[in-house]
Amino acid sequence: MAGKTKISIENLNLYIGKQHILKNVTTRIPEKQITVILGPSGCGKTTLLKSMNRLTDLYSNVKVSGKIMIEGEDILHTDTDITSIRKRMGLLSQRPYPLPMNIFNNVAYGLRISGRKNKMVLRQRVQHYLELVNLWDEVKDRLHDPASSLSIGQQQRLCLARGLSVDPDIILADEPTSALDPISSEVVEKKFFDLKNQYTVVVVTHSLQQARRIADYAIFMYLGEIVEQGEASEFFSNPKQELTKSYIKGLFN
Amino acid sequence: MNRLKIRKAEELFFRVIMFLATSVILLALCMIIFSILRKGLPALSWSMISQLPKGGFYFGKEGGILNAIMGSVYLAFGATFLAFLIGLPVALYINIHLHKRKKLVNGIRFMLDVMWGIPSIVYGAFGFTVMLYFGMRSSLLAGMLTVTLFIIPIMIRAIDEVLKTVPTGLLEATLSLGSTKSETAYKVYFKQGISGIVTALLLSFGRAIGDAASVLFTTGYTDNMPTSLLQPTATLPLAIFFQLSSPIAEVKERAYASAVILTLIILFISLVSRISSRHYHKHKIK
Repeated sequence: MAGKTKISIENLNLYIGKQHILKNVTTRIPEKQITVILGPSGCGKTTLLKSMNRLTDLYSNVKVSGKIMIEGEDILHTDTDITSIRKRMGLLSQRPYPLPMNIFNNVAYGLRISGRKNKMVLRQRVQHYLELVNLWDEVKDRLHDPASSLSIGQQQRLCLARGLSVDPDIILADEPTSALDPISSEVVEKKFFDLKNQYTVVVVTHSLQQARRIADYAIFMYLGEIVEQGEASEFFSNPKQELTKSYIKGLFN
Repeated sequence: MNRLKIRKAEELFFRVIMFLATSVILLALCMIIFSILRKGLPALSWSMISQLPKGGFYFGKEGGILNAIMGSVYLAFGATFLAFLIGLPVALYINIHLHKRKKLVNGIRFMLDVMWGIPSIVYGAFGFTVMLYFGMRSSLLAGMLTVTLFIIPIMIRAIDEVLKTVPTGLLEATLSLGSTKSETAYKVYFKQGISGIVTALLLSFGRAIGDAASVLFTTGYTDNMPTSLLQPTATLPLAIFFQLSSPIAEVKERAYASAVILTLIILFISLVSRISSRHYHKHKIK
């Protein structure tokens, strides 16, 4: 595999109650590339993504074993505070969840909790991150309007700006464009391309076309297991497993 | 075709039932307000709300119930404030910190619901017992604490019901930014739930100012203005009760006038809080 490994997952098993959701998952997420996790609904791809910043802690009756190493630190068994681990990872969910405050404060929130309180600096940084996601021109005259008044596509870009504002090095995205109109989808997708120079991006998707467009590295999951993974070019042109072949051909979804 | 007719008839049937039910409720509300106003307005006068009861007030002589108005306002504000101070953290705690401990949270909710259902006279009797134990006499403070106890379950469950509806995605989004759970609670959940929190405050305030049984033994009753937490004080529900049980027609009418005052206070508080929460409400994420 080309590039350095950012996240390495070893023998990850996750149960919710008696249900075995993730089965012996072992994989490596390359640094500063886009990794796409593919698979049909219910195959555990979202759970795998959320276990990377331990949002799975919020599930009831959850049992996790194995290792998730981020730059050598096992985040499942660590003394490091979980909030500081999460801060290193921006999350973009299926539908955008802006915070219940105005547009400016949505981005400033992350900056404020990481200790930046100077008003001038806040203004500059907020503008910077809104520009980064191509939202500034659309909202610069209405920064004090509720974030909920934006369109869904704008909200998703706002969430991306908010996620970037805490200066993460990893971006986790859970079907980030599935609720968006085609134009916003394209903006978000293109943004991932720009971002991969600086960030490690992990995208969960069930859209094969999207995966083909953006992936550097691909992981295919089925029923909680990783069926196949590899460099995207190799993965899409020359899949090894029968299951992967039929999935890529679109025989099932 | 026939099937469609049956479904249309069904639809009509349920619409009529729902319309009737709504009408009955509205009618009952209007009748209550109408009867209070009809009997109370003629007896309502400026002296009623600006004066203390003078000698023989309860036999139809001059004076007013300013002492009871002030007593009730102090009591209800104090109790609502204390219940909010305790209730808000509890509601946030069970929704955020105990998010995954469903069984424990359901147990807590069940207990609170039971506490909600206990009649206020029981809280009054409990408050009275505790007072006796500490050798306190009936006072504004004792009443305030008893009423606080009695409205806490209402406060917590009302806030809780709204926080329950905060989408898990919002919790995940906030935690992913590296917020602690407490930051999530006070910076995000509080704002998202503000309209429900205002409703909880109103519900609790309404119960606090309107309840007679819990203050019967604990605050006592006097004709003086409440000036100290440690002195007994009059309250509106008891003022209504004492006047209503009088055989003198004039005094009875004043009971209705007192009820009008009580209703107006609640109406005023509702309006003020609704308007002041509108600003936050518009930020709510749907």
